[in-house]
Amino acid sequence: MDLIVKAYFIRKIIYLIPIVIGISLITFLLFRVVGGDPIDRVAGKYATAAQKEELRHQLGFDKPLWPPVGKLFAGDLKGFADNQLFTHFVDTFTLNFGRSEQYKRKISDMIKSGAIPSLSLTVPAFIIGIWIQITIAMLCAFKQDGRFDRIVVILSVIGMSIPYLALIIFGQVFLAGKLRWFPIYGYPGKFGLSVIQFVALPVLLGVAAGLGAGVRFYRTVILDETRADYIRTARAKGVGEGRVMFKHLLKNAMIPIITQVVVVIPFLFLGSLLLERFFSIPGLGYMLIDAVNSSDWPVINALTFVGAIIYLGALLLTDLCYALVDPRVSLK
Amino acid sequence: MLFFVVFAPLKGVLKRMSFVVKIKTPNMTTILKLDDLHTYFHVNGEDLKAVRGVSFMIGRGETLGLVGESGCGKTVTALSLMKLVPPPGRVEEGEVLLQNRDAGERNLLLLSEKEMRAVRGKEMAMIFQEPMTSLNPVFTVGDQVMEAILVHEPVGKREARSRTIELLRAVNIPDPETRIKDYPHQLSGGQRQRVMIAMALSCRPEVLIADEPTTALDVTVQARILRLIARLRDENEMAVLLVTHDLGVVAQETDRVAVMYLGRIVETASTEELFARPLHPYTRALLESVPRLGEDKERLKTIRGNVPGLSHIPSGCSFHPRCPIAEEICQREEPLSREVSSGHWVECHLCKND
Repeated sequence: MDLIVKAYFIRKIIYLIPIVIGISLITFLLFRVVGGDPIDRVAGKYATAAQKEELRHQLGFDKPLWPPVGKLFAGDLKGFADNQLFTHFVDTFTLNFGRSEQYKRKISDMIKSGAIPSLSLTVPAFIIGIWIQITIAMLCAFKQDGRFDRIVVILSVIGMSIPYLALIIFGQVFLAGKLRWFPIYGYPGKFGLSVIQFVALPVLLGVAAGLGAGVRFYRTVILDETRADYIRTARAKGVGEGRVMFKHLLKNAMIPIITQVVVVIPFLFLGSLLLERFFSIPGLGYMLIDAVNSSDWPVINALTFVGAIIYLGALLLTDLCYALVDPRVSLK
Repeated sequence: MLFFVVFAPLKGVLKRMSFVVKIKTPNMTTILKLDDLHTYFHVNGEDLKAVRGVSFMIGRGETLGLVGESGCGKTVTALSLMKLVPPPGRVEEGEVLLQNRDAGERNLLLLSEKEMRAVRGKEMAMIFQEPMTSLNPVFTVGDQVMEAILVHEPVGKREARSRTIELLRAVNIPDPETRIKDYPHQLSGGQRQRVMIAMALSCRPEVLIADEPTTALDVTVQARILRLIARLRDENEMAVLLVTHDLGVVAQETDRVAVMYLGRIVETASTEELFARPLHPYTRALLESVPRLGEDKERLKTIRGNVPGLSHIPSGCSFHPRCPIAEEICQREEPLSREVSSGHWVECHLCKND
């Protein structure tokens, strides 16, 4: 990576700092300020007032919510910094999310162990999905309004109209239950090759769910590019159709494709919520739903923050991809 | 207004350059011959006849101008030659005969797509109207010119690169060694068109089709680009088909002119003859709509009416509803092309060589 690209990347990262602080502030507002008293949840119904106070002090909830400005003017910096907001900032930035109220486990450990099952599901679904979508879209664009194109367009609309849940239930009842092609649900305790067997059906369903909308979108993008003047120029040079499509066209189409891919990432997260739940895959989505069901607020807080950071990371990656694909993007 | 701006300065250039035109007697070996070309667009169950029986020929070292209003089928004719008409358009009928260095005369319309690819860029090359969008924005100009060489000729990357630098130098791009690493957006419009020309000439084609090569450029750049094309034509003995709506360009750059109206060529003549003795009422009207220096006119003449849509092509002579001298026969019968004097063809019932 040359210096300009590096400098560009570093500048982009610096821009992210205020955004991350903003996200942290919002999670603070949601989970500490408007979220109610956490002690009632943690201590349970039968705790005495003295026990509650003890716990409150232990968890730091007896400190003031906001930085006491008075102490700053009085020169007491330590007193000024000692409040819940600053503690929240420090904790989130060091990824120290505390313990789950429900399981009493360290949340950072829970996220670590949940990430692998999640990724083993979403990454293949994502890559296979995009690969199939773009391939079909290019075949459509290759002969616009041909028989293949028309059939695909109709099928995509049908595909888009099938609810995700219906698809999952169809997969579990028919493909797994009746035909016994896949296990109905489950996930191996240890990560290994046996994962493939359990992940195959959810990946298949994830790919199928995204297919209709994806093909339609990429078909439009690619058709737009097939009408471009530079495509005609390439043909006029005597360049073969395959090279026109895969070299000249695809690199130009990458720009809208990259944009679309990032838009898909949060939906991927949401989609895996359902898949993980239905297939009992102990990933982050499963963990989030479980935490919501049992009001395990520190876990929700942690996953919200981590989700937002992943999204920011994806945006950063997008900017970098734009810069690599499109020479017109100024790196200055 | 546009005509005036373009025409006035070029008149001067024409006078200065006229001796060149006079001295040059093109060697009239026919390279490209078009015979009764029909290209239709099939839209909503209806054939829109964009090109309805166009015939012409171009000799080695000759420039043929193809003029007409927007929508008369000039560009479609040019694209038909390359077999690059975008769908739903199709060449329905006719012959495009191209002299090949080895294989002799071949009808391009009968070639397979694979054989046609070997013709495009190698025997017949094309440059387009929009230099801004005709180059691929995500590849360097060097890559794009090199690709044209690598597709057709069995040379290595290195050889292709050095030839690309030579080509860019030949089209007057300064400092080509560093310019080949530039992307199209880093070049001006004129420079991009020069790159397009370099790309088109990279394999020394027999025929160059220039589809309004200067329309998108400003006037001073126009003249330079046209001079460049003329120079390269003479150096390489190419046949050039210059598609334009600009009569100034036609007067300056072409040896012969074909005037197109609604998908047919209504008049063909040498450039001098056409400007001196235009016969077809449409050609006359076109020439009269151009202002001349030193003429004191309040209003320019215009052609009455509008170009009819392709789905409503008039019967008989398609120009008759707008023609000032039309008679009853014009509505009834399609005129045939007649040679009124040597090399001067006109398609009109009423024109006489007077």
